[in-house]
Amino acid sequence: MALPLDYPTLRVIWWALMGVLLIGFALTDGFDLGVASLLPFVARNDGERRMAINTISATWEGNQVWFILGGGAIFAAWPLVYAVSFSGFYLAMFAVLAALILRPVAFKYRSKRPSPVWRESWDWALFVGGFAPALVFGVAVGNVLQGLPFSFDSDLRAAYHGSFLGLFTPFTLVCGLLSVAMLVTHGAAWLTMKAERGAVRDRARLIGTAAALAAMALFAVGYVFVAFGGLGFKLEGLIAPSGPSNPLRALAVAAPGGWLTNFHTYPWMWTAPALGFAGAALALIGIRSGWEFPAFAGSSLSAIGIISTVGLSMFPFILPSRLDPGSSLTVWNASSSQSTLFTMLLAVVVFLPLILIYTSWAYKVMFGRSSVAALATDPDLY
Amino acid sequence: MDVVELSRLQFALTAMYHFLFVPLTLGLSFLLVIMESVYVMTGRPIWRTITRFWGTIFGINFVLGVATGLTMEFEFGTNWSYYSQYVGDVFGAPLALEGLMAFFLEATFVGLMFFGWQKLSKQAHLGVTFMVALGSNLSALWILIANGWMQAPVGAAFNPNTLRMEITDFKAVIFNPVAQAKFVHTVSAGYVTASVFVLGVSALMLLWGKWPRVAKRSFTVAAAFGLASALSVVVLGDESGYTLTDNQRMKLAGIEAMWHTEPAPAGLTLFGIPDLATHTTRFAVKIPYVLGLISTRSLDKPVAGIIPLVAEARDRIASGQIAYGAVERLKVAPGDLTARAAFALHGRDLGYGLLLKRYVADPRTASSAMIDRASWDTVPNVPVLFWAFRAMAGIGFLQIAVFGAAFIMATMRRFDAKWLLWAAVAMIPLPWIAVEAGWAISELGRQPWSVDGVLPTFLAASSLSVAQVWTTIVGFTLLYTALAVVEIGLIVRVIQRGPYAKHEEARPRPVIGSIALAPAE
Ligand code: HDD
Ligand code: HEM
Ligand code: HEM
Repeated sequence: MALPLDYPTLRVIWWALMGVLLIGFALTDGFDLGVASLLPFVARNDGERRMAINTISATWEGNQVWFILGGGAIFAAWPLVYAVSFSGFYLAMFAVLAALILRPVAFKYRSKRPSPVWRESWDWALFVGGFAPALVFGVAVGNVLQGLPFSFDSDLRAAYHGSFLGLFTPFTLVCGLLSVAMLVTHGAAWLTMKAERGAVRDRARLIGTAAALAAMALFAVGYVFVAFGGLGFKLEGLIAPSGPSNPLRALAVAAPGGWLTNFHTYPWMWTAPALGFAGAALALIGIRSGWEFPAFAGSSLSAIGIISTVGLSMFPFILPSRLDPGSSLTVWNASSSQSTLFTMLLAVVVFLPLILIYTSWAYKVMFGRSSVAALATDPDLY
Repeated sequence: MDVVELSRLQFALTAMYHFLFVPLTLGLSFLLVIMESVYVMTGRPIWRTITRFWGTIFGINFVLGVATGLTMEFEFGTNWSYYSQYVGDVFGAPLALEGLMAFFLEATFVGLMFFGWQKLSKQAHLGVTFMVALGSNLSALWILIANGWMQAPVGAAFNPNTLRMEITDFKAVIFNPVAQAKFVHTVSAGYVTASVFVLGVSALMLLWGKWPRVAKRSFTVAAAFGLASALSVVVLGDESGYTLTDNQRMKLAGIEAMWHTEPAPAGLTLFGIPDLATHTTRFAVKIPYVLGLISTRSLDKPVAGIIPLVAEARDRIASGQIAYGAVERLKVAPGDLTARAAFALHGRDLGYGLLLKRYVADPRTASSAMIDRASWDTVPNVPVLFWAFRAMAGIGFLQIAVFGAAFIMATMRRFDAKWLLWAAVAMIPLPWIAVEAGWAISELGRQPWSVDGVLPTFLAASSLSVAQVWTTIVGFTLLYTALAVVEIGLIVRVIQRGPYAKHEEARPRPVIGSIALAPAE
């Protein structure tokens, strides 16, 4: 069957869609993670904590599906990436899952018993469930930028030669902290918008200001590493963008500074990092001045900018291998077959707009600020 | 234990744990739709109380379904990475569709279901509840299409250029008869589970003499819905699809501990002791005709036995050796025409060739003794299949009986039959035993295959260390055990507090900790 879209186009679309899903996750569940990380610091007593939690109580569950769908979509469109990354990051993945498993449970169970010890424990579970994934996601991205230590044998079986502690290097820690700072800014902007005026909102604004500054600084430090830290890979020789998905013939080599090549070739790409900074600056100003919508728009744009920067700098690489650059996974050698990519694209075209419609409706129904006073009148609140 | 066995253990633990919560979600979501519909149609507040009471329990159960489902979604990548890359082109699609079509729906609307009582009109809230039910049932559909494909991999072929399975016919994957049968059977099982739960808890309330207005109505709804689902779980579903693949035929033979081909009309073994050493089933008690009807829907076709199926496997292994050789040659010279021709002829047996990798690195060089052993490897664990099936089916018939009685009593408005109430309470754990037994049959019966005839389980695992997998097994076990204790504790609390713990209309809520229970009516 001749499909209306050729293989390279489909591969690029799915590469972009992977970015869209990641951004969807960062923009929606990102503020849930941020609010959870902020919880113990911005809200000091039970009433305040409940109020803060109830700014996200009705929507975090749908938001989390961006993460799940991200997993499913990578499985369907980039099976090699799914296989290599999750088995390679084995223990880190377990840490993320354990933290995320605590989260739904903590939301639901916290308010079911009055005991302060019970509630305090679930508050810390929420904190871990927000902070740990934010950190690990960033560290993982840092490792991908460094190149992962894996290789394939002739049956395409991947072997990974790294350790859990090996994931943490100065560069990857910078990435991890950047991710935390970005999501905490986003969470603080959310609280500015959704929490009633008062102590919680004020504390969130204070921490949010610091987080936005930290995000800008860490993003800049990250740039220094990328430019001068010996990072980067490039493809050499004849690449066949419509070739079979078989990474045994990836023609990649390490190329220090290589992650900047795309920006030099296509200067318009600088808009992405520019957006990362400008968004954070807007968030900073918005949060400081109490302009709620600009603050939230700013932290959103900043996340879009930062994530796109990473994606664009690596294109066409998805998972470079520093152990054996020839095994690197790229847009041209790691995708599903053309017909799977096409069929799944149809499904996305139909269902993603529907999802956006009913999600917006859900947000509309839950519109308005969360308040401590409401806790007394609405028995449904957490 | 090696990495493969440990990964199987971990997958079994996490999947079976996930499936403790799944059936209750599947069924309770529809029961909530029924109860809330009655509320919307009659406008009587009692039905709102009922809906909200069961809704609270639904919520507690739901979060654990979500939490444990997260693990499942990534476990294919973490623990079965070769599997993921080998079949991801086919298998990933239903998983992604499940996210797009089902998880977003249920997860978005579940928030509104809990927090929207005061923000939505009655009708809109009912719509939201319905969307949650639809979403969770759609999620079951897609995951069972994925799982059905592992049992009967239709619509896909091995591509020597990419060394993996690729989709050839998307429709065939979706309309896989094995998946359809599994879907009907599994969601019915979920409906039964929830009905048993609601029936049992209502019976308990009646025995306590508390909240009779809520308990009687819940009991009646559960009895009616439960009777229909209990019939459907037994009558519909899993019979079809047993002639589709060799492995399905082997599974059936294993369930029946049937060593030799049963000539038509095949009889069903009601009871017996499978003896692995002598390949016989001792003390077998048979019912004539029934097996042929179940598996071939006819009285004139024979049903294949284990020993002849092993002989067939032996032939396919020999053919698989040729396919393997062809793939090895295509790896070095993708244009090799004789190799392509050999692959076209023998490619469908490639997976059988791979079975030999357990004994020798290059299947082409296997000895005849190895081929013998590999062909016997295609026999799953017969005693487990045999007994698990009888446990599941026995529970199935028992449930029909109890629901039948409950239905009759409920229509006669007699809620005072102590024996029935106790039977309903005692029945609460049974559907969970049946569903876990069902999955044991389905998944152990698939062994030694990860994907039937395509990829042996021992090849499917990730390249991990034993220590890594032990770490996560211990971690998940501790985490899950703690959560189970908390969950059961909370559900018990909710039941003890009863339907009026949450005040009905919005009115100032007393300080937590001193909630006064509304008096029993
Ligand atoms: C027959 C039904 C069924 C089966 C066999 C499975 N699940 Fe499941 N799953 C559900 C039926 C379900 C559900 C009823 O839709 C759940 C349970 C509770 C819930 O919240 O949704 C769910 C939740 C759930 C979630 C959370 C979704 C959310 O946030 O709403 C994920 C990611 C998975 N599952 C993934 C899996 C995977 C990867 C499975 C296979 C190994 C699997 N499930 C087996
Ligand atoms: C929630 C319901 C399920 C239960 C209770 C369940 C149970 C099990 C059990 C007991 C095993 C271990 C079998 C063994 O290795 O001996 C297993 C393995 C496995 N199951 Fe399931 N399963 C469920 C759903 C699924 C679904 C829906 C899929 C696929 C979509 C699936 C895919 C697998 C895989 C990949 C393995 C590991 C490889 C293998 O052993 O073949 N399971 N499952
Ligand atoms: C007489 C009654 C029953 C019969 C004949 C029956 C038949 C079967 C068979 C043959 C399988 C294996 C499917 C496979 O090949 O993979 C199965 C699986 C299963 N059964 Fe049953 N069953 C019965 C009752 C029940 C009951 C009462 C429940 C639960 C309440 C249940 C829940 C399941 C589940 C969850 C599975 C695994 C999913 C699947 O394979 O569909 N079954 N059943």
